[in-house]
Amino acid sequence: MPNLASPWLEKQRHLIDFTLASLGRRKTKNLGLLVAYALLVFVLASLALFTNALRTEATFVLAGSPEVILQRMVAGRHDLIPPGYLDKIGRIRGVQKKEGRLWGYYYDPVVNANYTFMARPAEEVASGTIMVGATLARARGLAAGNVISFRSYSGKLFAFKVASVLSPDSELLSADLVLVSEADFRAFFEYPAGHYTDIALSVANPLEVRNIAAKLAEALPDSRPILREEVLRTYQSVFDWREGIVLTVLSGAILAFVILAWEKASGLSAEEKREIGILKAIGWETGDVIRMKLWEGLLISLTAFLLGFVGAYIHVFHFGAPIFEPVLKGWAVLYPRFTLVPAVDGLQIATLFFFTVFPYTAAVLVPIWRAAITDPDAVMR
Amino acid sequence: MIELSNIKKAFNQGKPNEYWALNGIDLTLEAGKVTAFRGPSGSGKTTLLTLVGCLSRPTSGRVRFRGEDISGLPERFLTEIRRQSFGFIFQQFNLIKGLSALENVILPGFPTGRPRAELVASASQLFAQLKLEHRLHAKVEWLSGGEQQRVAIARALINNPQVIIADEPTANLDTALCREFMAILESFTAAGKTVLLTSHDPLVVESSAVHRVVGIRDGKLTDD
Ligand SMILES: Nc1ncnc2c1ncn2[C@@H]1O[C@H](COP(=O)(O)OP(=O)(O)O)[C@@H](O)[C@H]1O
Ligand SMILES: [Mg+2]
Repeated sequence: MPNLASPWLEKQRHLIDFTLASLGRRKTKNLGLLVAYALLVFVLASLALFTNALRTEATFVLAGSPEVILQRMVAGRHDLIPPGYLDKIGRIRGVQKKEGRLWGYYYDPVVNANYTFMARPAEEVASGTIMVGATLARARGLAAGNVISFRSYSGKLFAFKVASVLSPDSELLSADLVLVSEADFRAFFEYPAGHYTDIALSVANPLEVRNIAAKLAEALPDSRPILREEVLRTYQSVFDWREGIVLTVLSGAILAFVILAWEKASGLSAEEKREIGILKAIGWETGDVIRMKLWEGLLISLTAFLLGFVGAYIHVFHFGAPIFEPVLKGWAVLYPRFTLVPAVDGLQIATLFFFTVFPYTAAVLVPIWRAAITDPDAVMR
Repeated sequence: MIELSNIKKAFNQGKPNEYWALNGIDLTLEAGKVTAFRGPSGSGKTTLLTLVGCLSRPTSGRVRFRGEDISGLPERFLTEIRRQSFGFIFQQFNLIKGLSALENVILPGFPTGRPRAELVASASQLFAQLKLEHRLHAKVEWLSGGEQQRVAIARALINNPQVIIADEPTANLDTALCREFMAILESFTAAGKTVLLTSHDPLVVESSAVHRVVGIRDGKLTDD
């Protein structure tokens, strides 16, 4: 039974066999290339993954927050909202809902961390119970049904039953969160009755937000409206700026790596040139030689890309990107300790892939092609 | 079998260092015979072999192989003819370092798409004929000069070519190994193969294994 495809397949198998053998023969060069190249991908991918994850996280956090938050200012500092203040706002067109919020920070000396306590209506959190963030629950070894006590700032001990652990959709959002009932909140912090921390306003139409902010500022001159879109924009620019700084800091090293890898990859040793000549002389076609070397280049660059990318993924999502910590430390101040939720952007991977695998393969191929198209009679000399 | 008519070959044509290595060669080579090209260094022997063996093309003139004009064929076809019909034994052996003797020998079989098992079987047979079975899996750089040449010979034979081309095959061999090589040459003739070789070694050109000696000087044939 004649099988037309089989010699072609056999030939490809031979080429791959030979490629693998070749890679093994030049271990030092190829290992060096693999390491340099994987490192490059690792650094770039870490940075891309990290900033992208932060961006996603920030958008996620802010998506759940109200469009406008109103803070009262006294002597340029954030102060409590006094009773009756909420009514002074009156009816503003476009505002769907306004409510006073109660929240504050609590320092837990047991694990050396700050928690955010937030009051919730009694329907959500029953008196005497709390809901806690996943990170906090892990740190204190809590599960639903456990009882935990906190010593308030005035020295009194309060025991709470953990009603549930908040689902870790976004750990950044709920990591250090403790939800308590309003009555418990006021008792724990000895918060003056009728006072609130700030006011949250929901606005349906994003086009009206600025208008409403202006009206609020006019009606309550001692207040400061904070717009979600502005916060979001500030975050974005801070992320971009930080990514830029890291890139600038790293650019020297990256460039050095690129040049090293390029030189290693594109430099064809006399021995390799001789081998190409031999292969052609004994009957290999130019295309066979190029295909074989293409396999070689692809094998190295794909392996390096995978290694670098997986390394970066682990670095960022399991270890919290410790390598960038000195530069990106600012986040630790904004959000004390958190684990990023893995978020990978396909386009970002594609871009990274294109700008690393493609130039490498080209770098390998150009000199090969040049060597492969010359007449093979040189091997006779 | 091979006809050369008015073959000229220039290197660096049109440049100040233009050099005519062959200046009009007319020659007919018979099938099944051993022909030796003899001439001083630089006379154009190697250049002539590269033209016959489809490793390069003449600047002018025609090369006919089995009646077909091959001097004007595109590279792809030349490569195919070279792979099917010519086996090369180079002076420097030109083995690929880091690979075993066996791997080196089956290399010319890769582009033909013959299954590996089949290639390994014919290679083993050749190794047996050349009394080299014990070196099958040794890396070529560990082999002696004589062993390396036998690996090169096996490689030249793996695709079962009609013509064997050997450039200065005995230049790196001592007298004993040289005699051994001449014996192998006779086995080629017995197998009906055509052999073209170059040499200025009297041991080769005066051997009974060689049927015809062609003299070359300054890119031209000399009469003898
Ligand atoms: N690629 C080349 N470029 C320029 N000159 C060459 C090249 N190859 C051979 N020559 C010249 O052609 C002449 C013939 O060379 P060659 O055929 O190798 O001679 P032989 O094999 O008889 O010693 C020599 O003078 C050599 O220098
Ligand atoms: Mg020569």
